[in-house]
Amino acid sequence: MNRFDPRQYNFILVPLVAGSLALLVGAVIIWLLGANPVEAYIAMLEGAVGSPNAIADSLVKSGPILFVAIGICIAYRGGVINIGGEGQLVMGALGTTAVVLTFRELPSIILIPLALAVGFAAGGFWAAIAGFLKAQFKVNEVLSTVMLNAIAVLFMNYLLHGVLMDPTELDNAIHIPQTERFVLTADLPRLIPTRLHAGILLGVIVAFLVYILLWRTTIGYRIRAVGYNVIASEYAGINVGRYQILAIALSGALAGLGGAVEVLGVNHRLFTDGSATGFTGNAGFNGIVAALFGGLHPLGAIPASFLFGALLTGANSMQRTVQVPSAFVTMLDGLVVIFVVSSQIWAKRRATRRAIAEPLVQDPTATTIQSDITPS
Amino acid sequence: MILQLLAPAVLIGIATSGILLATPYLYAALGEMFGQISGVLNLGVEGIMLVAAFAAYYVVYSSGNLIAGLAVAIVVGALMGLLMAFISITLKAEQGISGIGVYLFGLGLSDLLFRVTIGTPTPVNGFPSLQIPFLSDLPVLGPVLFSQNILVYGAFLFVPFSWFALNKTTIGLKIRAVGQTPEAADSLGISVAGVRYLTVTFGGAMAGIAGASLSIALLNIFQQNLTSGLGFIAVALVYFGGWRPLRIMLGALLFSMVSALQLWIQTLGLGLPSDIAGMLPYVLTIIALIFAARQIVTQPTALTKPFERGE
Repeated sequence: MNRFDPRQYNFILVPLVAGSLALLVGAVIIWLLGANPVEAYIAMLEGAVGSPNAIADSLVKSGPILFVAIGICIAYRGGVINIGGEGQLVMGALGTTAVVLTFRELPSIILIPLALAVGFAAGGFWAAIAGFLKAQFKVNEVLSTVMLNAIAVLFMNYLLHGVLMDPTELDNAIHIPQTERFVLTADLPRLIPTRLHAGILLGVIVAFLVYILLWRTTIGYRIRAVGYNVIASEYAGINVGRYQILAIALSGALAGLGGAVEVLGVNHRLFTDGSATGFTGNAGFNGIVAALFGGLHPLGAIPASFLFGALLTGANSMQRTVQVPSAFVTMLDGLVVIFVVSSQIWAKRRATRRAIAEPLVQDPTATTIQSDITPS
Repeated sequence: MILQLLAPAVLIGIATSGILLATPYLYAALGEMFGQISGVLNLGVEGIMLVAAFAAYYVVYSSGNLIAGLAVAIVVGALMGLLMAFISITLKAEQGISGIGVYLFGLGLSDLLFRVTIGTPTPVNGFPSLQIPFLSDLPVLGPVLFSQNILVYGAFLFVPFSWFALNKTTIGLKIRAVGQTPEAADSLGISVAGVRYLTVTFGGAMAGIAGASLSIALLNIFQQNLTSGLGFIAVALVYFGGWRPLRIMLGALLFSMVSALQLWIQTLGLGLPSDIAGMLPYVLTIIALIFAARQIVTQPTALTKPFERGE
């Protein structure tokens, strides 16, 4: 049994231990860099949740992470690893941008839902390519999504250097690769007088909807069945390929929605610094980390995404106060992933012990045949 | 447009830079190949390359000593490989995801250290080109094949070395046995974990050289995310090459030639926007993966499966 199995996930113990260990290793590294870890973490905490504005900023930062994370839950439960969040965020944002720039005259009530829907569809389409390649040609989705990320960013750069560029930029000598500011009717409403916008609320609602989808509908049941055991699903008459494509496409669609929310709620325009992270802020990867941390459960993804959004917000203030670069957070994310997946061995041991101790009440998790999500 | 690309000078240019650009792919992909044949998929290659690239760059930046830079990159790469080995072999964590953890760790750590120590991308003097006596004077072949730097020669020598190590030595036999039928290997007294630790650590060291080849031989600079997906392409090349050194080399050459072609298209100003031309290597990787999945060669049976001795 080598898959990280969310059903054995301890929602309190694992995040607590893995998070503490990551922070501990992080503290050692801060100390080695010559800064005071306690000061650094306090600066981080204050920057993240020290004031209502800070909390609102943390929530806003957690937006794209949450959408990607919910998507990762679907993909992973369907036996697909989606590393393409970055590209899907970008494609979603591009779709939304195209709608907003084309239909300026539409009233908010039509424009915003339409823009969100196209972002959703664009992200889903981009991920479906990887799903199709996996189902049809057995192409490893980890590798194909990484390539699709690079292609999406280049595509965005191409459009922003060309047709999408702000017309007023064309008159400037510098030609900053960004669109014009969107019409005000396309702005997502603010919830309270901070930067907090309605997109975050949408993320929470989507998390509940996905929970219902995965555990209360036939489609969700089949996605989970395919992820759990490909062979048994095939025997049960489930079209495995179709549900794998569906799982990753839904996952990408949610990332696309995340990209849409980010442009409509935060930036109000699309811009690029040449790299993927310029627009996404690495949310495509942070979403994976948050999903894992939340036990690959859409509801677990809500607090986990807030945590990682807060880390990013806090990192900026840490950089200002104790001069530890915010790249520290990316490293911390890596450590969190490593500790969370490594924790599986203890969960497994406990399951085995329990199975031995109570031979009559057999633990179903101890004897399952694992599906193989690896490429062939 | 096409004719311009077929001019002899351009073709030689593409071949020369293609061979140069193949270097990091070769080290990273061949190193990764050993791990995969023994049953471990290390997706963290990109992260390992980044940390090692920074380490080599830092040493060369502060001391100017290229050999020391390379040595440090190898050690750092091996240590990162050892970390991946510990996670995937001893802790039996899912390899796909733990590799992503190692990638993010390396991406963040290299950027963090770079910003704290140097901050702005400053060029260093990397490995100079090494003219092979007589051979470098040959027309066409001389500049293409025999006027490269030492890491380039090393990368191509690594191809026959890998083939020999895999097919003609006892350790190569053990590596394949452990990846195909770990149970049988175990019953013959081969330490499955030991062999896998060896291959993954070795793969890390090679990824270290791959990183160093970028920062102190090819580009002679470091910046955030210097590798930009190169490590992932290297992993794809292992699949594409069907776990065989020679085919991995052909794949690496194909990719680097396409990358070089793409740069030339931009240099010649052939009207293809640079962002679109830049997609070529990635599109090619996807197409290559489709063909790789269709070939008859099957992957090592135990790839990504941790070994558990049946009690």
